[in-house]
Amino acid sequence: MEGLGPFFEVLIGGLLAGVLYSLVALGFVLIYKASGVFNFAQGAMVLLAGLALVRSLDLLVANGLPFEMAVVGALLFAGAIMAVSAWLIERYVLGPLLNQSEMTLFMSTIGATFIIEGAAQMLFGSDVYPLELYPTDAWIIMDEVFPGGILISKLDVWGGLIAGILVAALAAFFQWTRTGRALRAVADDHAAAQSVGIPISWIWFVVWLVAGLVAVVAATVWGTKLGVQFSITFLALKALPVLIIGGFTSIPGAIIGGLIIGAGEKLAEIYLGPHIGGGIEYWFAYVLALAVLLVRPQGLFGERIIERI
Amino acid sequence: MLYREAGQFKTTYAADMAILPIRQDRIALGILLAIAFIGIPLLAEFEIGPFGHDYIFKAILIPFLILSLAAIGLNILTGYCGQISLGGGAFMAIGAYAAYNFALRVPELPLLVSILLAGGMAALVGILFGVPSLRIKGLYLAVATLAAQFFFDWLFLRVQWFTNYTPSGSVNAPQLNFFGWVVNTPAERYMLALMFVTAFAIIVKNLTRGNIGRQWMAIRDMDIAAELMGIRPLYAKLSAFAISSFIIGVAGALWAFVHLGSWEPLTFNIDRSFQLLFMVIIGGLGSILGCFLGAAFILILPIFLDQVPHAMGIPVSVETVSHLVFIITGALICFLLIVEPHGFARLWAIAKEKLRLWPFPY
Repeated sequence: MEGLGPFFEVLIGGLLAGVLYSLVALGFVLIYKASGVFNFAQGAMVLLAGLALVRSLDLLVANGLPFEMAVVGALLFAGAIMAVSAWLIERYVLGPLLNQSEMTLFMSTIGATFIIEGAAQMLFGSDVYPLELYPTDAWIIMDEVFPGGILISKLDVWGGLIAGILVAALAAFFQWTRTGRALRAVADDHAAAQSVGIPISWIWFVVWLVAGLVAVVAATVWGTKLGVQFSITFLALKALPVLIIGGFTSIPGAIIGGLIIGAGEKLAEIYLGPHIGGGIEYWFAYVLALAVLLVRPQGLFGERIIERI
Repeated sequence: MLYREAGQFKTTYAADMAILPIRQDRIALGILLAIAFIGIPLLAEFEIGPFGHDYIFKAILIPFLILSLAAIGLNILTGYCGQISLGGGAFMAIGAYAAYNFALRVPELPLLVSILLAGGMAALVGILFGVPSLRIKGLYLAVATLAAQFFFDWLFLRVQWFTNYTPSGSVNAPQLNFFGWVVNTPAERYMLALMFVTAFAIIVKNLTRGNIGRQWMAIRDMDIAAELMGIRPLYAKLSAFAISSFIIGVAGALWAFVHLGSWEPLTFNIDRSFQLLFMVIIGGLGSILGCFLGAAFILILPIFLDQVPHAMGIPVSVETVSHLVFIITGALICFLLIVEPHGFARLWAIAKEKLRLWPFPY
């Protein structure tokens, strides 16, 4: 049984860490599903949300507000910032590019990424800001089964819970609300959706706003884990293999992809890493995604794309 | 008024299909090449104006030329063949480390051969990572190239054989000896880079005008239609990957040997890949001229933002400058995509078109 204890510990830790990747991936899927835009800026949005949150929180606490009030205030402020940036992006970047090719839209979001990264750090500073919203200690469970028990970080569990709630809420939003249906229509065909009277700029604003709010949530968890800092933007890149594995259009896919990546890279690091030099966490997710792409290009849950001339 | 093609008649098909069909263009390019090949080295020799200092060579001209070469490589893949790549930095790294290892382990090889072989290595890896492009495209492919980027970042950092077991992981380029010509001073390095860039620019320009270039463009414009017309996607896509990676690899080797001299494993990280992609987008997808314009812009923007406020006496911190560079680059990309998706190269073409009629447009 000795070998199994650490194995389960790594597995559970990996799965929970994977949920955190899913939190970022969710933002991608939302925007892709609703507007066909592959939003490279999601990582930058997490950074912006995190910086807005932590800086306003520090300011409010320094002005003598009780912590809970300050958190609410900071969350509202971060939400407002995301709303403003969603409006700006829709108005000045995506609006003028309506009906352009997918690739053009993708590259425009790379441009948006740089604007957001530069502006966020210029407005809110570019240091590492610690954020403490969730408990960061750990539980030890099942110590009667395995020697030493299994260590589980409370923060990761919180992250998992939050991701679960988000997914349920988003699924309900897409499935049962009028706006959600309109979002799916826009994703299918911009022009057709416009022609049946769906206000496309409003829809895009809503979807970027929702993605922005998801970014706020992701920022609370990641900020607590790593501190709010520039390297958070690299999460966006880690979310890409998650999307590849789960499929670009599937919300449950984003979660399951995250779990596979999280568990896979942690296990590979522990069991494979020592043999080939260590630090393979750095690329393992991408190579795994590459392998999935070769076998199943649309991902595990994505819709198959049928092309016509 | 000077820019008129009146009276220039073409009597052969070859004359009609020339790279520069208008005489004024040929003269202008000749003057430009003369300045680059003769004028600037002469100015450097007699230390006239800014060319007397090493700064302009080391900080501007040499990086500009080498990055232009890398951008030409990426433009083949992204601009001509339509396959987006976020792995440009990785292929530069492969070129740099392959050239280093060839020069180190097979010292009999002439340096030029080492550099070209390094390009060949990059081409092999490019083909390998290009294979997924036969099944996937667009954004999915971007992830595949990202995989290349992160994998090679790691490989050169962790597998010490590549860096010859130096403790810090930083390696030094060998002496630059090209068949007896020892390249040492910045002006000589500049000449070397210039020769490589000119040669490859001419080769690539001709490739893109020929059979294979047309195949790439057909694949870019609509791959299924191209396939139905009898173009083999396997051949067209993989050749684009191979040639693109070859050129980027050579550019990487030059960047390491000619520009840096000694370098660390993470010199060619993801930022470099983005930089290359931006050069291509801003300069103009599918244009050789655009590569040079894009490289010049991306390289000079930070220097400009750093120097101008200083010269005007406005204190701007280094951090603010780097953030401003981010914002302006990003804004410019969005702006260009909206206003002119073909980049600076297209603006240049429009300007030329206007110039033909100037000053009497009717």
